[in-house]
Amino acid sequence: MNTWYLIIGHLPFGWVHYTFMKNALLAVILVTPVFGICGTMVVNNRMAFFSDAMGHAALTGVAIGVIMGMENPLWAMLAFAALLATAIAWVHIKTDTSLDTVIGVFFAATVALGVIILSRGGGFNKYSKYLIGDLLSITPAEIYLLLAVLIIVIVVWLFFFNRFFLVSFNPTIARSRGANLALIELLFTIMLALIVTLCIRWVGVLIINSLLILPAAAARNLTTSMRSYHLTAILISVVSGLVGLVLSFYWGTATGATIVWSSFIVYLGSILWGAGKGKGTHHTQGVS
Amino acid sequence: MDTNNNRPVCELCCTQLENFGVTMGNNVLLHDVNLHIHCGELTVLIGPNGAGKTTLLRAMLGELPHSGTLTYLDAKGERTGRPLIGYVPQKVEFDKGLPASVLDFCTACISQKPIWLLHSRVNHKRIQASLARVQADHLVHRKIGTLSGGELQRVLLACALDPLPDLLLLDEPVSGVDPSGMELFYEMVSSFRQEYDLSIILVSHDLTLAPRAANRLVLLNKSVLASGPPAQVLQDQIFSKTFGSILTSYAPIPEISVNIHH
Repeated sequence: MNTWYLIIGHLPFGWVHYTFMKNALLAVILVTPVFGICGTMVVNNRMAFFSDAMGHAALTGVAIGVIMGMENPLWAMLAFAALLATAIAWVHIKTDTSLDTVIGVFFAATVALGVIILSRGGGFNKYSKYLIGDLLSITPAEIYLLLAVLIIVIVVWLFFFNRFFLVSFNPTIARSRGANLALIELLFTIMLALIVTLCIRWVGVLIINSLLILPAAAARNLTTSMRSYHLTAILISVVSGLVGLVLSFYWGTATGATIVWSSFIVYLGSILWGAGKGKGTHHTQGVS
Repeated sequence: MDTNNNRPVCELCCTQLENFGVTMGNNVLLHDVNLHIHCGELTVLIGPNGAGKTTLLRAMLGELPHSGTLTYLDAKGERTGRPLIGYVPQKVEFDKGLPASVLDFCTACISQKPIWLLHSRVNHKRIQASLARVQADHLVHRKIGTLSGGELQRVLLACALDPLPDLLLLDEPVSGVDPSGMELFYEMVSSFRQEYDLSIILVSHDLTLAPRAANRLVLLNKSVLASGPPAQVLQDQIFSKTFGSILTSYAPIPEISVNIHH
């Protein structure tokens, strides 16, 4: 960490002299690639609703941690997220109910449970930091946690991405290629649940989903291969993360929300660019 | 293909379904299916909607649980366990905006090397070659959502044939493909069957074209109702019972089947 402080301290900006900004900058550099990478599959699998539900369920995890008298509810949050992800997948498979309905049901129930527990005696306000997140309060120990998350995501992506991709493209083709469908889906679901839960404290329930969806959604408008899709999503995620952080410092606004707006601007740009390009490529869609 | 070592005598290796059945909850979708599929043979599976044709294929692939056995026997008659199956689905529903190239898709089929990072030259060459077999090598860098129906089915066929499977399952592979694309697809399947001595099961709604290309016709409705040479099955009482009288006018067409084969 000291090396980082030393390096960053030499940048010619006013904000680099604040330790919390140095920490936040490092956190953004670590966490935005995670969102960029995972977002690609969330968008491919149409799991935006699921990741949103996971973000909100983190609040319930906090509540359970509080009831159990934990100082830091992180482990309760992780356990609860994994449990909920498994429950959703299981009910979906067993009852033949459409996935969005199952998610909707569990989403509503878990959020309500969290609010019921946390609002006992009118004490909800002290948990509002989970709603909008506070990136500037991140500590060096927590930054190491984010580094671990980034490494885990990259490793999973190195070994399992082709399977994820094939299952999302067509489950039966994936099966004919020897993929264990249930295992692959569970692995991705649980990984996503854990990432959302780990990051919620600094990003906030209300906007974590936007950080997952926006870079990938923008990148989709601009790319035609998995490689360019990933590189573009990561680039958009990191750049809008950095821009959002610095702007939030000068404007005195919430960091997460400012980052979301940076990527939203990029998304709007990608629609315009994609539409302009689309006019030129219509002739390639011939029949044969 | 090393036909001398691998498959010394045609039509001796065989995929067997014995007492094959699929039950979902209390619903019996398929029961007592017994089929022997020999290599070099195109078996066309027909049956009304809801007869369990797609269910049979998905169970054979292991996507649905089944009772009974599916075994592959090589030419020497020694048991070799589950067959290696290539699969081409009916019109694949997928997001046309998916930013994936044909190369991405084909690589994901044959390799675990992460397609979001780099494509290895070896895989690229292998895919280029297998796409060339279906006259689709020019599509390798195209976004997969921009392919026409016929092009997509040819790409899927190329992937299903690499590595060369013991058994090729085609689930209404040309539904939604225009007539010229349909003809091209059937021609390719036919030539691969002869060239690689493939066993093929083709599920079809099409009672005119597909039975002509078949060596064997199987009429399925929850179980096997009739099975044999196309001409024989088409004239079977049970066939007209299943499909109604309108279709019996298509019945005897053995002489056309000769034309398709050669």
